[in-house]
Amino acid sequence: MPISVGQSIAIIAVTALCTVLLRALPFLVFGGKKEVPAVVSDLGILLPSSIMAVLVVYCLRNVDFAAAGHFLPELLSCLAVVGLHVWKKNILLSIGLGTVCYMVLVQAVFV
Amino acid sequence: MGTTQKRRDYMGFAFRQSVPVMLGYIFLGIAFGLLLQNAGYNFIWAFFASLIIYAGSMEFVLVNLLATGAGLLYTALMTFFINGRHIFYGLSFVEKYKKMGRAYPYMVFSLTDETYSVLCGTKVPEGMDENKVFFWISLLDQSYWVFGSVLGALAGSYIPFDSTGIDFSMTALFVVIAVEQWQESKSHFPALLGAVCGVLWLLFLGPDEFLLPTLCTCVIILILARGRLLPNAEKERG
Repeated sequence: MPISVGQSIAIIAVTALCTVLLRALPFLVFGGKKEVPAVVSDLGILLPSSIMAVLVVYCLRNVDFAAAGHFLPELLSCLAVVGLHVWKKNILLSIGLGTVCYMVLVQAVFV
Repeated sequence: MGTTQKRRDYMGFAFRQSVPVMLGYIFLGIAFGLLLQNAGYNFIWAFFASLIIYAGSMEFVLVNLLATGAGLLYTALMTFFINGRHIFYGLSFVEKYKKMGRAYPYMVFSLTDETYSVLCGTKVPEGMDENKVFFWISLLDQSYWVFGSVLGALAGSYIPFDSTGIDFSMTALFVVIAVEQWQESKSHFPALLGAVCGVLWLLFLGPDEFLLPTLCTCVIILILARGRLLPNAEKERG
């Protein structure tokens, strides 16, 4: 431990506090009112689809199209997940096989 | 049906919904616990850090902050920067969570990327209270993360197989939920908007800074377009 216990606790506490604050912000701003503004309830319907697409992009943000080993495992595994899910509609199967596919590709194929 | 039986039903259903997160959280948790252990913090630290912070990617950064003895202002800024996206999750659950009674504070606290995604994809069966299901899923998710962190700090270096790439399970989770949302929604505009904005901002700003501008752009455009999108969206909800 390079720093004191007190300093460590302070860093963890500040991180925790800021994280909670961010998560609570929309609730603090809009949650107290009896009627949630129409804009917010509309976003509640529309935003999840956008966010999920953004999260997929976020997970793939470090792929590098210059080298096959740095984008093919991601691309092939994502296609496998999409294909499996459209075909079987089983969340566990899609995620499980997709992950195994990715692990095999990064550990054994594109090393 | 007795209360115990009912509770078991809820936990069973919530458990099945949370299994995709379990895999990823336990292994990512192990990786975090191991890193923390290597930085000189034992499993007790891992337990409390994961209990009160509970934000995967931020906790990996935390290890660096601790190792370098970062200042508190810098710590706060890093947290706001990395976890800023969480504001947008709450935005889509305000109406629902505020009716959740005693569980409300915990639901807000535990709204991680993965929990958000699972909740977005959960269809609660007839006769089950959606609030209870959501609560159990959130609680289970965090227990996986805390369990993984402690395990990693205690025994992370003894994992008997190469787990490289297991973090792809989180990517796969987001892809699966995105596919389900795509199939269920009549308007594909929100999903396409997210993908296009994400890629454009990524190309423009690079992998470290594109996320917040992307989410802001999506919110602004959705607000502007909601008048046209809403008739479709209303039907989907009803």
